[in-house]
Amino acid sequence: MSASIEILLVEDDPGDVDLTREALKDAKLALTLNVVGDGEQALAYLRRERRYAHAARPDLIILDFNLPRKDGREVLAEVKGDAALKSIPIVVVTSSDAEADILRSYDLGANCYVTKPLGLEQFLQVVREIKDFWLTIVRLPVPGSPSTLL
Amino acid sequence: MFTDMRDIEILMVEDDPADAELVREAFKRFDVAPRLDVIDDGQKALDRLRDAKRVEPDLILLDLNLPKLDGRQVLRAIKADRRLRKIPTVVLTTSSADADVLQAYSDGANCFLTKPLGLDEFFHMTKALERFWLQEARLPTRPTASRRPT
Repeated sequence: MSASIEILLVEDDPGDVDLTREALKDAKLALTLNVVGDGEQALAYLRRERRYAHAARPDLIILDFNLPRKDGREVLAEVKGDAALKSIPIVVVTSSDAEADILRSYDLGANCYVTKPLGLEQFLQVVREIKDFWLTIVRLPVPGSPSTLL
Repeated sequence: MFTDMRDIEILMVEDDPADAELVREAFKRFDVAPRLDVIDDGQKALDRLRDAKRVEPDLILLDLNLPKLDGRQVLRAIKADRRLRKIPTVVLTTSSADADVLQAYSDGANCFLTKPLGLDEFFHMTKALERFWLQEARLPTRPTASRRPT
């Protein structure tokens, strides 16, 4: 794994971005949080288009569903349908509690689905749980490692 | 606590009885004591999963090195099956090879965990797995189950 863990946060609510940034702070982890505010930017970032030509490939994507321009559900479907991007783990973090969203997310290949709680402290705790599991316990894919990807 | 009273069921596909026993012992100590069903070869696991008369497990723990049918083939078969693909499938293996990790995610693994060598580390990993997947994440098999209050 590279020196720093690259996380792409796809979130349009500035308050939630600030809370996520706060909760991901960890003296023991070197991580870079990149934020995009809509679904079109997320795909441009991942495909290194336009101003994202030099964007680092994320080790993990944290994806909200309700986004302007292109919905998070469409972003999920496009990333998991793209052979070059599908190996990037996507953690869906959304306020949606709808059964259809949960089922459809896993069906489309979301790596996991977490519901945003309403309270501030509870939200921080959820993001810390994601950090503790995904960034310290789970093995994340290393891009460019030899594989039979295509 | 889960509102759905049926026990959480985990299918562990593991041919090493010692590793299966470690996970079983670890789960007994946890708040959400899941039912653990261990199957020791890939073909039997796939047959059990494809048996439409049986309830789908809530989570699959999948070793990669298995007799009869390799874990990689089991993973691909699960993720190609319309009924089964939604079930979160956690690869739990001794391998930490970058190529195995990348391939597993490309094949649709929900997350990849390397079995730690030490006993304490193994318990710590199992605890983290239980905490995240059974308490934080929303499971597609129980989309209406409310999250455990923190």
